Amino acid sequence: MKHPRIRFERDRTVWIASGKVELGQGINTALAQIAAEELDVAFERVRIVPPSTAYSPDEGYTSGSMSIQEGGKGVREACVQVRGMLLAHAAELLGAPLGELAVEDGTIRAKNGNSVTYWECAAEASDSPPAGAGVKASGPSKVVGKNAPRIDLPAKVAGKPAYVQDMTLPEMLFARIVRPARPFSSLTSLPELKLEGATLVRDGSFVGVLAEREELAIAAAAKLRAKAVWEESPVPEDFHRWLRENVSERSILKEIKGSSAGGESLKASYSKPFIAHASIGPSCAIARLKDGKLEVWSHSQGIFGLRHELSVVLGLPLESITVNHAEGAGCYGHNGADDVALDAALLARAANGRPVKLQWTREDEFAWEPYGPAMALELEARLDAAGSIVSWKHELWSNGHTNRPGRSPKPALIAARHLEKAFDYAPAVDPALPAEGSGRNAIPLYDFPDLQVVKNYVRETPRRASSLRALGAYGNVFAIESFMDELAQAAGADPIEFRLRHLKDPRARAVLDCLKNSWTSWRKSEDRGHGIGFARYKNIGAYCAVLAEVEAGEVLRVKRLVLAADVGLAINPDGVANQLEGGAIQATSWTLKEEGRIGAVSWEDYPILRFSEVPAVEVNLVKSEAPSLGAGEAAQGPTGAAIANALHDALGVRVRDLPLTPERIVKAME
Amino acid sequence: MTELEVNGQRRSVAAGPDTPLLYVLRNDLGLVGSRFGCGNGQCGACFVIVEGKAVPSCDTPLWSVSGKKVTTVEGLAKGGELHPVQKALLAEQAAQCGYCSSGIAVAATAFLSQNPRPSEQQVREALDRNLCRCGAHNRVVRAVLRAAKEMQP
Repeated sequence: MKHPRIRFERDRTVWIASGKVELGQGINTALAQIAAEELDVAFERVRIVPPSTAYSPDEGYTSGSMSIQEGGKGVREACVQVRGMLLAHAAELLGAPLGELAVEDGTIRAKNGNSVTYWECAAEASDSPPAGAGVKASGPSKVVGKNAPRIDLPAKVAGKPAYVQDMTLPEMLFARIVRPARPFSSLTSLPELKLEGATLVRDGSFVGVLAEREELAIAAAAKLRAKAVWEESPVPEDFHRWLRENVSERSILKEIKGSSAGGESLKASYSKPFIAHASIGPSCAIARLKDGKLEVWSHSQGIFGLRHELSVVLGLPLESITVNHAEGAGCYGHNGADDVALDAALLARAANGRPVKLQWTREDEFAWEPYGPAMALELEARLDAAGSIVSWKHELWSNGHTNRPGRSPKPALIAARHLEKAFDYAPAVDPALPAEGSGRNAIPLYDFPDLQVVKNYVRETPRRASSLRALGAYGNVFAIESFMDELAQAAGADPIEFRLRHLKDPRARAVLDCLKNSWTSWRKSEDRGHGIGFARYKNIGAYCAVLAEVEAGEVLRVKRLVLAADVGLAINPDGVANQLEGGAIQATSWTLKEEGRIGAVSWEDYPILRFSEVPAVEVNLVKSEAPSLGAGEAAQGPTGAAIANALHDALGVRVRDLPLTPERIVKAME
Repeated sequence: MTELEVNGQRRSVAAGPDTPLLYVLRNDLGLVGSRFGCGNGQCGACFVIVEGKAVPSCDTPLWSVSGKKVTTVEGLAKGGELHPVQKALLAEQAAQCGYCSSGIAVAATAFLSQNPRPSEQQVREALDRNLCRCGAHNRVVRAVLRAAKEMQP
């Protein structure tokens, strides 16, 4: 038996090739659970092989909370095939009918008492077993749906090599890149400097250094950066105004023409800033160009897309390039992983076949990673006399939310436009509905009889922008759910009851119902408030409702978050809870603190939530056997809105521009 | 050559005296558990214990630890067994990407040796110098409190 995705090793382990990559979200653990379940082997025996373009299935990007749906399906199907091959062979060996075989931890037993293991069968089994041979009889699951410890954590907690940053190859050189902290069009001058123990690499406005020792590369890059002169690109002062003035295309995402009759009309404008991924580990890659073959180790979310882009920029055929996935620090969307990989490959051209490890600095990451785009939003609605919404309009202005490599004939990675032979740059775009990008979750899940959702796409980008966790859903849900609160107040209704009034979907209603106890048992005190936010991610993904409790003193503090979510069947419930809680805490940080200003290069310029500022978080999962839905992005939008609504409850002021800083709160109170 | 004591072993390295300790640990001594995060002591990913205190190794020149005792995350385990803080981090599944975990394990170990019976608030304040972007904070705090309990004589 030979299967492209599954192999059995002598030490009685099973190795699974996945097309989805570990981003810190725990996908390898969940995929191992699925494999253990389908194959009937102990969870501890399953190993997930890091993906490579050399041997892995091309499952596209690990993004959009689709890894369990897409990657899980792929692993499950492969396991059913392989199980069929092994069982068919075992039936012959044991002289027993296929239907009478039972498997326990990889040992196949016949009713006559004879047995054989997967590992004994694997070499000789036929590749074409009878149809349906591997399908398991339905029964209670043993591994899926139960908490499983993350398979990658023991090494990480012990400080063992775990990330691409930790890899070392023989003869490896260390590299740093030289870029300014602000967007630029070209390098105007670079004086000749004596660089101790380091070599300058330059191609047009692309500059880097190679050295035998890392600290020498760092020193040389700092020296060059201090003396280099760049032609800076103009940056608008007010991004949101700039967006409104630079629309490339206006489109209607959804329209329902109902009666426009009704009473009171409300209107409000909201905004979200550029937000950084701000992973704790800056991006890193290793590249080696030897004998016309390029090999790259990268923490990219899409190794095949990256390979395509490397092929375009370096002028190498696809078959001469191998991209291997190696883990990086937490990935919350399209960060600098792909850019640093191209940078490393370009530097490898000057390394005479030696591998080059390029570590972006913290400054590089803050200055050049693609941020989640800024958005401006305008909402308008009309209430009837009974306090129901009869008309709803949502209009947004934004750059596209995806600028991933390999999706356009033009390169999207930054170095490509700085080379002597510069490439024309691919603009950020949006995926189609229902997922959308800037329009993600712009169409409300609520049932409104008259509806218009309009998107104003801005092609030109004042700073690099691409996918950040939840994409447009964070801004859209913040606006929709803030506005629902404003309307509930106008209607004199309880915020949960008001939402339920407009919501037919029973699973949506169930997650809101789940928060009712926490909502009603809360007692108001001075400067304290509570608020609700809800969304179904992408309108086709996980349902999540969030209750936030805040204290508005000198700064706004989030004291507690209660989440209720329906993700269908949770493969690893503890993993789901970890992702939802992590998402909610990250969204709390975005909502309270984060605003990506041009020129930010350090944690002082871009503060994030710290341990003593983190709220208590309670996660409630609705029990479900429905198909599994990704959980990693579901909490982002509802958390932001819940906090803004809680702020309003505490102080009676509405802040519609993110983040909810003390300055904005004070301004709203004046 | 600079001599230093790392995880109980005397080591001598050929790095320049101003070289940040982080690169000596990672590249000369192969101790990659101290992770690079920011290069200026703002995130805690590279924390090591020097003379009982958690310090950022990215911001600590080699000369300043000459002759001093340095403990890295690799040196927390004793006799092949993880330190109670590391065990507790696993027991609480207190990580997502794990990149900040080793710095947190180091900071928490140094903190507990000074303050063996901390309150939750004290744990949070002690870890304020460690940044976590995945949002594993509450699990980490539970883990440190669990470790404190298990380390009681």
